[in-house]
Amino acid sequence: MQLSASQQILQPVRLGTIIASFALALFLNFLPWRDLRLVPDFVALVLIFWCVRQPRLVGLGVAWSLGLVTDAGNGVLLGQHALAYSLLAFLGIWLSRRILWFGPGLQALHVGAILLAAQGAALLVRLAAGNDFPGWPIVIGPLAGAALWPVASWLLLLPQRRAAREQTI
Amino acid sequence: MDHTPPPFFKRGPAPLVRLFFFASLSLALLVIDARFRYADGLRTWLALAAYPLQRAATAPVELLSAAGSFFSTQAQLVEENERLRSKALTYSHDAQRYEAAQAEAAQLRRLIGAQERLEVRVIPAEIMYNGRDPYAHKLFIDRGATHGVRPGSPVTDESGVVGQVTRVHPLVSEVTLATDRDQAIPVQVVRNGLRAVAFGGGASGSLELRFMAANADIQTNDRLVTSGIDGTYPAGLPVATVMRIERDAENAFARVVCRPAAGVDRGRFVLVLSDETAKPPRPQEADPSKDKSRRGRLRDREKDAAVR
Repeated sequence: MQLSASQQILQPVRLGTIIASFALALFLNFLPWRDLRLVPDFVALVLIFWCVRQPRLVGLGVAWSLGLVTDAGNGVLLGQHALAYSLLAFLGIWLSRRILWFGPGLQALHVGAILLAAQGAALLVRLAAGNDFPGWPIVIGPLAGAALWPVASWLLLLPQRRAAREQTI
Repeated sequence: MDHTPPPFFKRGPAPLVRLFFFASLSLALLVIDARFRYADGLRTWLALAAYPLQRAATAPVELLSAAGSFFSTQAQLVEENERLRSKALTYSHDAQRYEAAQAEAAQLRRLIGAQERLEVRVIPAEIMYNGRDPYAHKLFIDRGATHGVRPGSPVTDESGVVGQVTRVHPLVSEVTLATDRDQAIPVQVVRNGLRAVAFGGGASGSLELRFMAANADIQTNDRLVTSGIDGTYPAGLPVATVMRIERDAENAFARVVCRPAAGVDRGRFVLVLSDETAKPPRPQEADPSKDKSRRGRLRDREKDAAVR
């Protein structure tokens, strides 16, 4: 019988996998992109994934620290990404039981909404700090992130799944 | 999903409580950073932690461009060589004239007893990447406090002013572009010496002269250079060319839109100027001094009166 992705029995996650995935996501975020409004936030995507899959290992503390590193690395107002990522992690943990019931497409819809909410929080912070509205392309990044969700979640589950297959053989 | 037993009882505070905790922590940090600038030390440390990742992230792009230039054809190189040689010829001619003019200017300056200008120190830097912040126009260069970059230094490229260093980390510096909305440069029209202040135009990538009287003597294609009266930008750097002037009978001010002279969003190398002229000290502002209490100031005043 073919089991769906959420029903498969997976190997317990290794801490190294989580750390490596966050390092890779930060690396992707720091690539010199041309227009940053159109690029998905990879750290946010990976963060949602771990908050949904491992809410006891990755939570708001991790999200907040990652947000601070992103803020300092990008030279933006300290606390902007920290706030957005905290909200993101909260929504991810809150919706984790619900999201896992759906297939990849409907999961992506949920993730898109969460990413948009986080982007909205960052936008509010910047507007309050006196910056201009950067234009509607700003919603493209979260939507692109949601479109990447099926691929990203498949890739991030790969280490646990491959180990499980080896065990059954 | 996990083989660990479900720990019903050790979940810590509820997620909502944690959200409130971290959200208020972030908001406090935001206020501290935006209003008081107390968080700069923390920011420096975090930036240092992010530096290896940033460097690694820009490496593949550098490698690609290096590989691309390796495979450029010989014909291109010969052609470029010729062009550069002819350019160098004109430049050397200009340089000779510049030296002569500089000597003459120094002499005249001595004659009128003005302060001699010292050389401007130049730090060449490479642009690492644009700031990942769609709300502001910034870029990051690979020279920091250890290389002698100081906050406030003007940044130029070969054709004009790019912006100003606004934040300095140990190995990286942050440059706010001239097109940023919060950036202002005192300028002067080359044709008639009219002084103005050029503000960034934000997302449009242009500059704007605000508060120019509607009848001000300014024309399209006028060149603007730094006036040097602010003590930050050395005088005479090209800033922009006037592109469009809108005079409206309803407004007392004309709207002057300019195109930046430098490749603000192009190019890979910039120069950080650190002006080490002996500036006259700024006039003391009549500020209520921070360390003196009101009573202390009263006492001082009494002392002054007694001396008199």
